[in-house]
Amino acid sequence: MKLLVCVSKTPETTTKIQLTADQSDLDKSGVQYIMNPYDEWYALVRALELKEAVGGTVTILNVGAADNDTVIRKGLAIGADDAIRVNTDGGSSLYIAKQIAEQAAGYDIIFFGKETIDYNGSEVGAMVAEFLGLPYVGDASNLEMNGNQATVTRDIEGGVEVVEVETPFAVSAAKGMAEQRIPNMRGIMMAKRKPLNVVEPVDFPETTQVNHYELPAEKTAVKLIDPDNMEELVRLLHEEARVI
Amino acid sequence: MVLVFAEATNGKFKKAAHEAVTYAKKTAEVLGTDCCALTIGEVEDAGQLGVFGASKVLNVGGPGVAKFDSQVYTAAIAAAAKEVGAKVIVLSHNSTGKNLVGRLAARLLAGSAPGVNAVPTANGDQLTVRKAVFSGKAYADVTLTTEYKVISLAGNSIPVEESGAAVAVESFSPELPAAKTKVIETKRVEGTTPLPEAELVVSGGRGLKGPENWGVIEDLAEALGATTACSRPVADVGWRPHHEHVGQTGVAIRPNLYIAAGISGAIQHLAGVNNSKTIVVVNKDPEAPFFKAADYGVVGDLFEVLPKLTEAIKEHKAG
Ligand SMILES: Cc1cc2nc3c(=O)[nH]c(=O)nc-3n(C[C@H](O)[C@H](O)[C@H](O)COP(=O)(O)OP(=O)(O)OC[C@H]3O[C@@H](n4cnc5c(N)ncnc54)[C@H](O)[C@@H]3O)c2cc1C
Repeated sequence: MKLLVCVSKTPETTTKIQLTADQSDLDKSGVQYIMNPYDEWYALVRALELKEAVGGTVTILNVGAADNDTVIRKGLAIGADDAIRVNTDGGSSLYIAKQIAEQAAGYDIIFFGKETIDYNGSEVGAMVAEFLGLPYVGDASNLEMNGNQATVTRDIEGGVEVVEVETPFAVSAAKGMAEQRIPNMRGIMMAKRKPLNVVEPVDFPETTQVNHYELPAEKTAVKLIDPDNMEELVRLLHEEARVI
Repeated sequence: MVLVFAEATNGKFKKAAHEAVTYAKKTAEVLGTDCCALTIGEVEDAGQLGVFGASKVLNVGGPGVAKFDSQVYTAAIAAAAKEVGAKVIVLSHNSTGKNLVGRLAARLLAGSAPGVNAVPTANGDQLTVRKAVFSGKAYADVTLTTEYKVISLAGNSIPVEESGAAVAVESFSPELPAAKTKVIETKRVEGTTPLPEAELVVSGGRGLKGPENWGVIEDLAEALGATTACSRPVADVGWRPHHEHVGQTGVAIRPNLYIAAGISGAIQHLAGVNNSKTIVVVNKDPEAPFFKAADYGVVGDLFEVLPKLTEAIKEHKAG
């Protein structure tokens, strides 16, 4: 099976979000980057498991500038065979999806993470599927293959839906699909020699812009309630916060 | 015209659909136009969406749409947008909506704003709309610069408002492709409100010490009519199911009330819950970082505090 895993780079999860003085962007100084956890822990690892079970190749695809190579090399160290980077700083989700679609023809399964933990968009996978005319299953927490037929469990509100779909298709991976793998020394050494092909983007218009950011309002100081007086807490929740 | 897809589950609308229609009506007002609701599949009382502001309701029926498929539903919504001349499309940012926003955007070459929290502002032909990013650590104002625009609304972001009266439902039969996915089974936990939709949430962390102790969380949740949640390590070790895991790498929620017991308040946990309207923290460590993000705090042993709180809630409810 030819498997493609689309990965992106996100700020590390402990990052304290700060904005530039004019609030037009994030203050990126000192921010550490990681591979988006859903891409790494679930999408990539499930693709590797399928390759181990039935044979084939796992290719990593990233749309981004050269400083994304560290994240791509990590994916290679975890076990992917090769990688493609589309060399662009482009921003809109649709622009990125278009670049992915240009590279993604001919794969049996195109994996995504269910969302990036920075933009929380949950949209690129479905966009790529639409560009390629493929079926798409979002928020998948389980995926089993039987020949060219997949049985995919996707998370829905308060439960799951089990769906059958034939290759080729696109899927976004949620928690439960696989277990995180830590790259070992051998993987890290081998990753250095695996092919990472850099290709140039195709022309496509930007469809969105983000020109302004806000931080949530600071909380006022916490009101401490005597642990022996829960009636008081209930009164405050009812009369002051008006939530019960 | 603004088109809103109002999803029905087993033929009935949930709060998310009423929120989406209210939101679409407000967006239509900003643009000086009307809002049309689209329903798909068999729906009871679809015309009731008029109450929430739809001036027109379309229904696409038939066996081809009885089960969800993102390609088929995208084709139906795009066809409805063309039919009524809508350039702005509103969806709910739930599991169905997340399968559709991107597809619709690609199909219509539209700018999209997934998971927004506020009504957009218009500037000429552009719309700007605010969404949470970093699972709630910040907000971004996204400007859509394209002719078509697709927006999905995060749950519990705006109150449902009634602004009209029921309207007649028009049947609409666009040409649709055959589904390439086949739904085999749909399983839902009955009885409780699913976490992403819950207004009241009671959450437990490692401070609970073990799965056998969850009774104190469940009793409180039951007394309140709340949904239960947990921190990530608790789900990772299997004390609680994965779907209860909230935070930056779990479910991001914004209920009216979030009660956290035995959770330290790590930055990745806060990211998914700090948009809750009111936060109550119960922790025996007065230095726990969660207290900085809380509205009300109780410094104490959760095994003593929670049963007392449960009793107090029951007394309050009894009148
Ligand atoms: C990449 C990454 C992503 C992550 N994503 C998430 C995420 O999405 N969600 C998430 O929750 N975490 C996430 N984490 C983990 C996070 O960093 C914390 O480790 C986790 O939230 C801690 O869980 P906890 O608060 O339950 O446990 P602990 O940090 O161990 O806290 C337990 C708390 O219970 C209190 N306590 C103990 N006994 C009692 C008692 N009897 N009465 C009252 N209080 C008591 C203690 O004082 C302590 O504050 C992530 C971590 C990483 C690295």
